[in-house]
This record gives sequence, structure tokens and C-alpha cells, in this order.
Amino acid sequence: MKHTPGWGLLKGLFETARNFVGSYYQPGRLTTIEYPDERLPVQENFRNFPMLIYDGADPERGLRCVGCKICEKECPPQCIYIVLERDRSGKVQKRPRLFDIDVSVCMSCQICVEVCPFDAIKMNTEYELSTGDRFGALLLRKAELAKPNEYYRRLHPTEAAEVDARLAAAAQAKAAAQAKEQAKLTAKPAKPAWSTQP
Amino acid sequence: MMETLDQLFVLLKRWVVGEFPAAWRLWLSPLIDAGAIIGVFAGLFAVTTLLERKGLGRLQNRMGPNRVGPFGVLQPLADGLKMLTKEDIVPRAADRVVHFLAPIAMVTPILLAYAVLPFGRNLVAVDFDAGLLFFFAVGAGTELAVFMAGWSSRNKYSLLGAMRGIAQMISYEVPLVLSAVAVVLVAGSLSLPSIVDSQAGYHWGWLARWHVFTPWGLAGFILFLIAATAESNRSPFDLPEGESEIIAGHLIEYSGFKYALFFLGEYLGLFAVSALGITLFLGGWQAPVPFLAWVPSYLWFGAKLLGCIALFIWLRGTMPRLRTDQLMNFAWKFMLPLVLVNLVVAALWHGTAAWGFFGAGATRWLLGGAVLWLTYSALSHALFTAPGRGPRTYRYAD
Repeated sequence: MKHTPGWGLLKGLFETARNFVGSYYQPGRLTTIEYPDERLPVQENFRNFPMLIYDGADPERGLRCVGCKICEKECPPQCIYIVLERDRSGKVQKRPRLFDIDVSVCMSCQICVEVCPFDAIKMNTEYELSTGDRFGALLLRKAELAKPNEYYRRLHPTEAAEVDARLAAAAQAKAAAQAKEQAKLTAKPAKPAWSTQP
Repeated sequence: MMETLDQLFVLLKRWVVGEFPAAWRLWLSPLIDAGAIIGVFAGLFAVTTLLERKGLGRLQNRMGPNRVGPFGVLQPLADGLKMLTKEDIVPRAADRVVHFLAPIAMVTPILLAYAVLPFGRNLVAVDFDAGLLFFFAVGAGTELAVFMAGWSSRNKYSLLGAMRGIAQMISYEVPLVLSAVAVVLVAGSLSLPSIVDSQAGYHWGWLARWHVFTPWGLAGFILFLIAATAESNRSPFDLPEGESEIIAGHLIEYSGFKYALFFLGEYLGLFAVSALGITLFLGGWQAPVPFLAWVPSYLWFGAKLLGCIALFIWLRGTMPRLRTDQLMNFAWKFMLPLVLVNLVVAALWHGTAAWGFFGAGATRWLLGGAVLWLTYSALSHALFTAPGRGPRTYRYAD
């Protein structure tokens, strides 16, 4: 039977007929995700475009970014544009006045994230960015880029836990150093003026 | 009552024509026929595009269109609107007149072919003595349209597609006509209504006397179906379009409504050739079993036509496309000998019709079937499984 000429055609027809009938009562056969109505969960490792992380409730004051411009210099397609804040006398402040990312240029390489010493820039997973305004809406401003740390924790839980632990450790070390310094300062007057530092 | 229902459209037309002055009737009658044929089959075309897309989807474990209207039933409307609103582009180097005429030359002959098809009892536009001949004669006109489209577009892919189309359609015209000739040989008539009449009645009161229940009829029907698939450029014989190789063949330079006309022409051709297959082998508008004979004849015809369309969709969802050399080998080395043997078997069947001894029918069936089966096995062995004939082996690829 297997070697009868034309047998393969009949087998193929049987297979597609089984698909046809099966697709009506075995929903598992249908692999289609009907996108706008239903969507697959985003993977934790997924990344799309960068975002800026802030701690606390105020996106302006809690922003971790200090405007060091390392990311701007390292960005291969140069899609980051930073202008630093200056006070009234023109002295540079440690926060950005402008922080723009042109996502029509960004290639999602994550180099900005890797070079940032302050864990201030991370990758977002937002992918529904289509817009009718090609030039304005694809240039994301600081206000659109700023996202709370909770949002980052929700997107990348593993990575965020590690970052939080590192930051907490650094803060602790800093606090300890400060306390030591403080203790030294308060202890100083008791010592003779000519004694050397230990 | 059932008699009136069966003849509903015939009586309706007679009444409408009768309402007009005698001088008009001669012109009005064919106009009504033409209008009805165009309306019904253009509507069937719209329904079939949806059925095809849904059916293909399900055959491949997809959903098919389900966005426009409930279950996507308004999809043909959306497709039509899209086609109508598209820009009509004619390449600068194209031969404008021929480029414009090709879609018309595609649709017109097929619509002409519908004139001789009997859609029900007495429901035929022209009861033509040489109806079958007329059908094949005008049906061959679409080959010209394909070549007109390919040549006038002045595009290498168009021309390649048209060349493939011509080669394929002429090659498969031969088995198509020869498988129909077997029916003419037995029925003794070229008129399609009398071919349907030759299949009237039932063996032993339950088995319809359709030609498909004879050995030559069964083989003829299968050969006819294969040739019809190739004639209407459908998968697995869709080489002239071959999206993956020559983009869309002769259709490349067509857009908007001209493209829609080609599409319409292809589907109308499919319906026409299915209707011819039904008329020749499946008893036309006759009921398959006597106790259902009260159902109006055009409904039986419609059901058989939808069945054939479903079969074509099923085939399209299953088969991969052939290579050009496989296509030609299949037509000339496999189908042509088989269809000639089939003709001989039909002649034998016709010649032994007078046999009256007990078991004569079974003997004739077994004889005819054995001849056809042996030919089939021998041919397929010689062509596909004989030493050196197997599947192609590649020395460097693989």
C-alpha cells in the first residue's frame, strides 16, 4: 500500500483534512496570537529603548542621573543629547536640564546602560511606540524617559534586585565612612595639634 | 408545487420577457440570461474568496480572516473596496492598448463559456448542439489573455510567467479535452443538456447512472480534475504566478481593478470548468439518490459546485508547487497516455453495453478497471520509480 503511486498525495490530503477538522475543536492547534486583543507576556530579558530611573516620588529631584555625559559619549549612533543644569551664577549642577533620546536613531545596544556608573539608565520594554508624528514624538524628553524604580523592578525583577542590593551596600558604606569622618572630626580637638594621622 | 419550484427561474424569465412588447423580446431574453450569469457567479466569486481564505487558514492551523464583520464575513467587501480605491498604474514602457485589453480578454471568453452550461433542468442560456466544442473553443481564449498581459507589460517576469502559462495551458488542454471526449463517445452527443440526460435514471433503483461510477468515468473525472486545476492556474500548478520565483508572473504590472478582473477571470474559469466536470461526470443537476429527486435541480448543481470548489481549496492547501519540467513530464508522459487508454476503455465499455449474461456489469467494471490500473502502475513505475528515475539526488547540496 505504501508503495502505491499516489499514496503520498492521499496521505498529505488526509493530514490537511485533520488540520481542518482539528482546528475547530482543538484550540491548541491554532498558534496565532490575535495581537491587539491578546498579547504574549514580555520576557524579562527583553529590551527595547532606554529609560531614566528615579527614586522616590518626584521624577525631577529623585533622578539618579548626574549628567556625567558618559552615555552620550559612548552611544554608537549618538542618539543621546544632554545639557547640564546651571545655577544663577552659571555654575554647573549635578543634574541634567535636558536629556533627550531619539528612539528613531537608537539601536537598542544597551551600551549606555553598561557604562552608567550610577545605574541611572536602564532598558525599557515598552514596544508600542508607533506614532503619526515622525520627528516630534520619536524624540523622547526627560519627562517621558523618567520612570520610577518600582517600574524597573516590575520589568526586570532579577536585575533590579541586584542593582538595589549594590546601591544599598554603597549607601551603607558611604554612611559608615561619613560616620567615621564625623567621629574623627568630633574627636580631633582632644588630640594634640602635632600628632599625625593613623 | 415542487415542479414549479424546480422551474422557478425558467418561469420567472418567461414571465418577465412576456411583459415586454414582442419586438424587444428577442434582445431581452439573452440580456436577462447574461445578467443572471454575471450576477450569480460574481457573487459566488466573492463568497469563494472568503471560503478559500478561511479554508486555507484552517487547513494550515491558522484562523483566516476574522476582523471584518462577524467571523470575517464582510472580508470580500473590504477586499473589493481596497481593489477599487487602488491606483491604476500602467508602466511607461507598456503597450497601453494591449495592457488595457488583456483583463477584458480574460473575463469575456469565460463568461461566454457559461452560456452553454446547464445549471438546472431547462436552465441553460443556449442549448447549443456543439456546446462542449463551444466551451473548449472560447475557454482557450484565456490563454491569449495571459500572453497579452505578459507581453504588453514589458517586464521580464511578466513575460516568463506568460510563457509558462501558455506552455502549461496548451499542454493540459490536451488531456482536458481528451478526458471529455470519452464522455462524448459514450453519450453520443456534444450538447451538454443531452449529456446530462444520458446520465438520468438509477441502477437497481438506487445507484445513479453517473459516468463517474464507471471505470473510464472515474479515471476520466480524476484526469479531468487534474487538467482543470492546471488550466485554471491553481496550486499545485500555479507556476505562471509562482510568487516565490517570478513574483506574480503576468500579473506583476497590474494593480487595482484590472488585477481584480484577472482574479475574477481565474475564479470564473475555475467555476466554469468545475461546472463542466459536474455536467460531464457527476450527472449535472441530477439528484444522487432517487428519494431526494424532489429537491430543485439548481440546488443539486449548486451543492456539487460548492463541493468541487471545496476540493480545489483542499488541494491548494495541501500540495507544493511543481517544477516546470515535472509539470511538462506529467502532462505529456503521464496524463496523455493514460487519457488515451481511458478513451479505449470507454470505447470497450460502450461496445460491451449489449452484454446480457449474469454479472456482465461487474465483469465490464473489472476489465476496464484492470486495464486502467495496470496502465497507471506501469506508467508511474516507468516515470517515477524505475532505476535512474527516482527522486533527484544532489551531489553537492545536501
